[in-house]
Amino acid sequence: MSRLEIQKTYKIFIGGQFPRTESGRYYPLKNKKNEVIANMCLSSRKDFRNAVVAARSAFGGWSEKSAFNRSQILYRIAEMLEGRKEQFIAELLLQGISAAAAKEEVTLSIDRLVYYAGWCDKYQALFSSVNPVASSHFNFSVPEPTGVVAIISSEESSLLGLVTSIAPVIAGGNTCVVLASESKPLCAITFSEVLNTSDLSAGVVNILTGNSAELHSHFSSHMDVNSLLYYRKNKNEIKTIKENAALNVKRVHIYDKIILNSEKAQSPYFIFDNQEIKTTWHPVENIGSSKGGY
Amino acid sequence: MAAKSILPDFRITPTIDQVGIEERVARFTTRSIKKESKMQGLKMILNMIDLTTLEGKDTEGKVKQMCYKAVHMHDVIPDLPTVAAVCVYPSMVKTAKESLIGSGVKVASVSTAFPSGQSTHEIKILDTKFALENGADEIDMVISRGEFLKGNYNFVFDEIAAIKDVCGKARLKVIFETGELSTLDNVRKASDIAMYAGADFIKTSTGKISPAATMPVTLVMLEAIRDYYYATNRMVGMKPAGGISTSKLAMQYLVMLRETLGGAWLSNEWFRFGASSLANDVLMQIAKQTTGVYQSSDYFSKD
Repeated sequence: MSRLEIQKTYKIFIGGQFPRTESGRYYPLKNKKNEVIANMCLSSRKDFRNAVVAARSAFGGWSEKSAFNRSQILYRIAEMLEGRKEQFIAELLLQGISAAAAKEEVTLSIDRLVYYAGWCDKYQALFSSVNPVASSHFNFSVPEPTGVVAIISSEESSLLGLVTSIAPVIAGGNTCVVLASESKPLCAITFSEVLNTSDLSAGVVNILTGNSAELHSHFSSHMDVNSLLYYRKNKNEIKTIKENAALNVKRVHIYDKIILNSEKAQSPYFIFDNQEIKTTWHPVENIGSSKGGY
Repeated sequence: MAAKSILPDFRITPTIDQVGIEERVARFTTRSIKKESKMQGLKMILNMIDLTTLEGKDTEGKVKQMCYKAVHMHDVIPDLPTVAAVCVYPSMVKTAKESLIGSGVKVASVSTAFPSGQSTHEIKILDTKFALENGADEIDMVISRGEFLKGNYNFVFDEIAAIKDVCGKARLKVIFETGELSTLDNVRKASDIAMYAGADFIKTSTGKISPAATMPVTLVMLEAIRDYYYATNRMVGMKPAGGISTSKLAMQYLVMLRETLGGAWLSNEWFRFGASSLANDVLMQIAKQTTGVYQSSDYFSKD
């Protein structure tokens, strides 16, 4: 007797759970032969809203974790991804990518996670400073995470684009809501399973599948989103995003020229893009050899 | 009161079909309320809130601040209603009363050794009198759950009746702490006892114990109110308290209220939400409806 294959249902990832879209809408994902390979959730603005709520409530816990612990968790994500390499390669092939390119994409993604795992407890030293001031104060500036980051990740890449956009954001102690590639969404949801088994607290990363034309205005207008990263090239969307972001002066970073598989796609400065600088004036009695001023 | 002369036998109050209650509750959560009716519902919820602070760390400053919020919910949006009342400990009643002069917002005070109710009869009476002398418009008393669970229903009945006598014109809300009553049958029984003893409101919880208000418990109490109304023609109010922190959930409670007791109960004279964080969520939803943009708690005052 022949066996019926059990097909995987690709859902979305919100607050550590895998719900279907509340809208009940789906879009068929087809391969090169025009056969349907999966029905993907067409996420709505309410899914986005729920994801932001999850991300906001996860922010406190994640940002207060020690940098070293965040580093361990990012490394753990890389370990989990390594263990499921074959599955990701198979999914990439299914989405029409060549075998060599698929292998490269997965290994690069793993390496990129390890890269940012390393940076978790080091970027603070790089971006902090002790500032010379003219009064009796010890004055220093340190980076702190911005908050909830909305990400519209690369359309062309299924896995590497996602990892490249998420890793620096969470390495810096932020939480995020990510819109995955619409045409290559499979790896995003499988990557959610990896995240979910890596000791990453629920809600730190939330992943939606769907349409950027429909969602970008909600991503950019939501008052509880502190920063928005855009990895695509659509000029109209960029314009709307910049206008809407003014509502609550979100940070906006447009990475439309990034080349994902190049060395330049990874840098501590991508962490820094979602950090705020806090400067502290601490009264002291003496500065250097001078006498106390108060 | 005529009702007292026809006391039912509380040993034979109706038993509750838990599965039936849960299925009925599940129906209430499926109603779709949009646009104008949603806006109206949100404002009604706001107007039904008893803005509450019942913490050991409460100070006059905190109470004053909350009273200001009770009247100025979110001044950016014009024509917002005030909340129904503020709910505080007896020691804070005076401060609250002074802060709310002329606002129409009532002052409710918890009493009878809230939240445990573990004290003597005299102290509970004094506690209530103290709150009333300081100007409380409403008294939220707790029942003696220990006595109730022992089956000492007369004790519970007499205690409620005694506090009601002290209250005079002030409205009396009776808190069951349903989280400690174990079964829906007990909730129903406590509801009947309290209403026949003279309660003007019955209230689920103190907010100090989990689970606090749930929809099944509230439905059981609403049905008790309905049956009591049929038997005596007296309306009794309902106050779910604790655990209702989102507008969506509050809206489902309104649906349940409307479909169980009818339109006559749809005002803050007969229905209240005991909550502190619900108010901000409702305000954020109202702001979302008026601006079209999802809101952040960063832009709403903490109470």
